[in-house]
Amino acid sequence: MARVVVDVMLKPEILDPQGQAVANALPRLGVTEVSSVRIGKRIELEFTGEPDLDKAREIADKLLANTVIESFEVRLEESADTARTAQ
Amino acid sequence: MTTIDTVELAEKNPDEEQPYAELGLQADEYERIKEILGRRPTQSELAMYSIMWSEHCSYKSSKVHLRQFGEKAPKSDRMLAGIGENAGVVRVSDTLAVTFKVESHNHPSFVEPYQGAATGVGGIVRDILAMGARPIAVMDQLRFGAVDHPDTTRVVNGVVQGVGGYGNCLGLPNIGGETVFDPCYQGNPLVNALSVGVLPVDRLQNKAAAGVGNVVILMGAKTGRDGIGGVSVLASATFEEGSEDSRPAVQVGDPFTEKLLIESCLELYDAGLVVGIQDLGGAGLTCALSETSSAAGLGMRAYLERVPLREPSMLPHEILASESQERMLLIVSPENVEAVLAVCEKWGVLGTAIGEVTEGERLVISWNEHVVVDCPPGSLADDGPVYARPLREPADLILLQADRAETLPRPSDLRATLLTLVASPNLCDKGWITEQYDRYVLGNTVLAQPEDAGLVRLDEESNLGIAIATDGNGRYTRLNPYEGARASLAEAYRNVAVTGAEPIAVSDCLNFGSPEDPAVMWQFAEAVRGLADGCQELGIPVTGGNVSFYNQTGTVAINPTPVVAVLGIHEDVTTRTPMGFAEAGHTIALLGETREELSGSEWAWVEHGHLGGQPPKIDLGHEKKLADVLRAADLVSAHDLSDGGLAQALTESVLRRGIGATVTLTGDAFVALFSESAGRVLVTVKDVDALRAAAGDIPVTVLGTTGGDKLTVEGQFEIPLTELAEAHQGTLGKLYG
Repeated sequence: MARVVVDVMLKPEILDPQGQAVANALPRLGVTEVSSVRIGKRIELEFTGEPDLDKAREIADKLLANTVIESFEVRLEESADTARTAQ
Repeated sequence: MTTIDTVELAEKNPDEEQPYAELGLQADEYERIKEILGRRPTQSELAMYSIMWSEHCSYKSSKVHLRQFGEKAPKSDRMLAGIGENAGVVRVSDTLAVTFKVESHNHPSFVEPYQGAATGVGGIVRDILAMGARPIAVMDQLRFGAVDHPDTTRVVNGVVQGVGGYGNCLGLPNIGGETVFDPCYQGNPLVNALSVGVLPVDRLQNKAAAGVGNVVILMGAKTGRDGIGGVSVLASATFEEGSEDSRPAVQVGDPFTEKLLIESCLELYDAGLVVGIQDLGGAGLTCALSETSSAAGLGMRAYLERVPLREPSMLPHEILASESQERMLLIVSPENVEAVLAVCEKWGVLGTAIGEVTEGERLVISWNEHVVVDCPPGSLADDGPVYARPLREPADLILLQADRAETLPRPSDLRATLLTLVASPNLCDKGWITEQYDRYVLGNTVLAQPEDAGLVRLDEESNLGIAIATDGNGRYTRLNPYEGARASLAEAYRNVAVTGAEPIAVSDCLNFGSPEDPAVMWQFAEAVRGLADGCQELGIPVTGGNVSFYNQTGTVAINPTPVVAVLGIHEDVTTRTPMGFAEAGHTIALLGETREELSGSEWAWVEHGHLGGQPPKIDLGHEKKLADVLRAADLVSAHDLSDGGLAQALTESVLRRGIGATVTLTGDAFVALFSESAGRVLVTVKDVDALRAAAGDIPVTVLGTTGGDKLTVEGQFEIPLTELAEAHQGTLGKLYG
């Protein structure tokens, strides 16, 4: 199967309360060397046929990301399944 | 490396061109700034003046009209703080005071509905907190575009989730509000939010940065490049080649930080550690620094490099203009700084000393040894431009008022008309929205949506409580701004009164189009005059509020929409009157008089898409007497009649607890059911003679009795409650669910 991965992140200048909460929790684990945490989401789109990056971009733009506050990246991924069927 | 524009540079290069016009300043305003400073402003000063002299902060177009609220205000010994403070404060008992205010967050909520609405709630809650109060409830007044427009779904879902998300996370009950759909709000949804808080009378805070040598502490979230719209967008875009990461961003709220801010501020107040406090709202540090120092008539020295930043690359003018949420500015005496910072640390919020109060009326701000601002704080906060803008009655108003809805063809099938109306977007049940809000958290909510007013208990011993209702009718106000504003006031007043509470104070959020359009300005002036006159007549003062202009798309303004909030005291919340029919066998009666008033009505709008004529007549003397009757009479239920008339009130009253009713109408049944005459309340009583005796000269019309599982209008129709409920409750879920 052909998989397209969409990574959605809050734009760098946007406040990320979730990331901040994690960053604030790290010292309690004894981690002091991490200065900043940003949290986003990863979406995997399985195409039935050839993966269509343009289509994936359109999906991301219209549905997966809120482009007012988020940016996204679209990339192809060789999934484990794909690798196996390709043998 | 960007060169920082300092006071020194401003003196050295007096003729450098500055983007004042792009920042929204007029040429003569720019000249005045130069006159005040005796030189050109620095980049930071220009940013500050453009923000503080903007319509939003300076009320430059509205000031000349808003004065009436003070001039006409009835004397009230309850008033502890009024207009000009972060929020008005009224005394409700010997020991307790209440503060409340309604504010707009319209433009941000169109750009990013969730965050816009969420930060709207966050902002008004901080205003309440800044007065020394613990916030105890919120309400929201929402206006969206056409119900079936594709973009409305985006805005409705985002806004409702945003209001709920922020309020629920803060643990504040949302006790009511309004939702209205009208195509005039398509490109300009209105998101108004109200918050109310309670404080011991002696905990009242103020914003003055008093006491030379006192320390200025910035508390709460880090400062980032938040802040979209108006001046701050342009501020950065113009000064630099707008690269992606220097562009201001949508403000994102963090209710959990706000919760910590609330708790830490309250602890500081109780420990008596705060001299002055101001929340950071729309204009961020710029507003907080200049207003606190101006209020004290003193100076201030602030060091921007001490401000904790989310993005280290931020420049001084960005730090000053940032609208990052969840921040407060505190003025603290030096010996208490350590204790204050310890409280901050305990609650896990940042607290940073960023400056001190100084002698002389100068606000001096530096950034890494560079002095970037040196100006009189009063020139920013109080001496902004004031305009008496031209007013002109809208050219179409005479024609609009002549086109009366009373002449429209009327239906023969009243049953079908009722079912259509109660399912229409503005009259349908708003449960789909209010169920997304927590209405009962904190355990003191006595009444909440869909009741006429929110009622909250303040004191478990005495059962003292407060009732709040908000109303606004853009269609009435479009037809007649003076009367429309009074109608909104009358309705909110009546909604408070039906619970058995005594109305005592008013807050307002005035949503209008562009003040540069004389027709809009005329609407504004008339609405303010109507509201101020109305408050005078009712004997309750306006304690504060907010003006939102420029709600328009191109040259088309929204319907003028003054939202009026009325606060009342309930002496004993256990005796409150709810809106729904309680059990079978009670007498249903109508208080007040029904006239043939259909112009501006929901019926005219839904069935004919018609807006014309004059709104219903308002008689505030009658409203006052009615309120007295509602408090004195022994009522089982009471429900205000407004949009949709008697048909709507009956529908809501029977569905509230599933108790049917049989009523007989006198006169024209259509008018009786759908007229929107003001000053009317639907009540149920056990003893109708006692009601008549209590009602004095308020007309009492017996309509019928409660009971059964149908709504029956004798000689007209009957509708099973299940069918009625299906019509009334299905609309919003089907559209957006």
